[in-house]
Amino acid sequence: MSTDLFGIPIQVILGQLLLGLLNGGFYALLSLGLAVIFGLLGVVNFAHGAFYMLGAYATWMLLDFFGLNYWAALVLSPLLVGLLGVILERLFLKHLYKVNPLYGLLLTFGLALIAEGVLREMFGASGQTYPVPELLQGALDVGFMILPIYRVFVIVMCLSVCFITWFLIEKTTLGSTLRAATENASLVQAFGINVPKIVMLTYGAGVGLAAFAGVLSAPIIQVSPLMGSSLVIVVFAVVVIGGMGSILGAILSGLTLGVIEGFTKVIYPEASNIVVFVIMAIVLCWRPSGFFGKE
Amino acid sequence: MRSKQNIFYLLMLVLGLLAPWLGVYPVYLMTLYCYAIFACAFNLMLGFSGMLSFGHAAYFGFSSYVTAWLMSQQGWSTTGAILAGMLSACALGLVIGFIAIRRSGIYFAMITMALSQLVYFVCLQAPFTGGENGLQGVPRGGLGNWVSFQNDLTLYYFVFAVLVLVFLFIQRVVHSPFGQVLKAIRENETRASSLGYFADTHKLLVFVLSATLSGLAGSLKSIVLGFATLSDVLQSTSGEVILMTMLGGAGTFFGPMLGAGIIVTLQDMLSDRVGSWVTVIIGTIFVLCVMVFRRGIVGEVLHHFEKQHGVDDGSKNN
Repeated sequence: MSTDLFGIPIQVILGQLLLGLLNGGFYALLSLGLAVIFGLLGVVNFAHGAFYMLGAYATWMLLDFFGLNYWAALVLSPLLVGLLGVILERLFLKHLYKVNPLYGLLLTFGLALIAEGVLREMFGASGQTYPVPELLQGALDVGFMILPIYRVFVIVMCLSVCFITWFLIEKTTLGSTLRAATENASLVQAFGINVPKIVMLTYGAGVGLAAFAGVLSAPIIQVSPLMGSSLVIVVFAVVVIGGMGSILGAILSGLTLGVIEGFTKVIYPEASNIVVFVIMAIVLCWRPSGFFGKE
Repeated sequence: MRSKQNIFYLLMLVLGLLAPWLGVYPVYLMTLYCYAIFACAFNLMLGFSGMLSFGHAAYFGFSSYVTAWLMSQQGWSTTGAILAGMLSACALGLVIGFIAIRRSGIYFAMITMALSQLVYFVCLQAPFTGGENGLQGVPRGGLGNWVSFQNDLTLYYFVFAVLVLVFLFIQRVVHSPFGQVLKAIRENETRASSLGYFADTHKLLVFVLSATLSGLAGSLKSIVLGFATLSDVLQSTSGEVILMTMLGGAGTFFGPMLGAGIIVTLQDMLSDRVGSWVTVIIGTIFVLCVMVFRRGIVGEVLHHFEKQHGVDDGSKNN
């Protein structure tokens, strides 16, 4: 097929669209976790990138040390990292809810540095490779393009998990309790609901989402100590664009920005690293509270 | 209290003047002073205006590139290159500040972080920065034809003089009416606005001022060490300057310098011995600062002193 669009082969465009959706799925999953945590705890979790990295490392370690395959890791890694999140919340974050929210950001920044340093010391700065699970190897020829099965799987997983989280928060009793606690914690507490426990579990869940993204990314990119640190800044920009309070906003802006970034790679590759930040600057000038922000 | 402080500053001044004769390596001290200027500039925002910028590496690093490039490739004089570096940081601060002050608190931190990452990528890809290698072999130059900085000692006194000037300048700014308005905005922005002060103008001004002084620190650093690299614009540098300021004591005059001294010394001592553990140690200090002493070292000492003597003039600025 030799269809062109503005002189760019259509296959290239579709390929970048797929890649954009893939990155967008990660952005959505990570900014979703950030939004959930921020909503209830009022903490901007800088360690989100580190938890994503830990999820990927847990996956690699489960295979290398314990012989547990990808599917086991897909369940175990988020649980393990989520548990670590719960412990850290109990140890540190719990004491910071009453002070300026900036301290939460600084604390999690410190925790991220510790995690990165420890893993670099243990496994070195270079990346580890993780095989694509057997079931998802190969590619699918759909006529107009070749689809690598694993990447499609990742996109589908990201979208499903985003949808499930959105559904849980917006449409279930558990979710309404959560939203009520976000609005007025002491009132919800007065109804006999253990708010501190909910807060703790929410942090664990948000962190677990980041780790889940880490598992999905392990077979695609090199598992390295610094894989999360630059990603988290892009995700921050995504969250600023979307407006931090909104779950749906986080998902939609994550996906959209991933796709825009993908297209930028086709049109003007030099700008693909910075396009999200430029969009953030423009949005801030035009609509300071973001697309879905309420303020 | 005030006279005791003046005695302390005088002692520090004498110590600074004598330091190279006491067997301390001048290049180490000069690096320390550059970071001290950087932390003082940062403190102008965090400490005295309550704005946490998470992207100050952008001004420090960009200015260090500009100075290094002008001196090594274009043959500019030292003073000209430093001024040009400061001017570029000032312009960068104006643009980023204009965008960032639209939000405050957490969002402000995230926006400055994202925009400084943008500057990082620009530095990575721009033709004049030397990419991954950075710019090396920056000459030190001198002042006109009659003072040369080839000698470590001459350069030392120049950098020390700049540090003292920056210190005095920041004292002046904080105690000026402008500084008092900034304090009012920090404490209660709505009230300050309702009293007729233009909060945004003040915030933008202090942002630009802080960026320009950070640029000065970056320029000096590239002259002292003779190179400019990507690590100067990196996220971790933005984190370090926050840590220096917090560890020493945000909102105190001497705190950021002490913090810079401790962190630079730690890195200098540990980096070849413990490798990646430096990151872990820095991270741990961060956690300790947030959990245990949010006032910072100087802040805690002053607090203790004030409690003991029952002084409560409601001001943190001493």
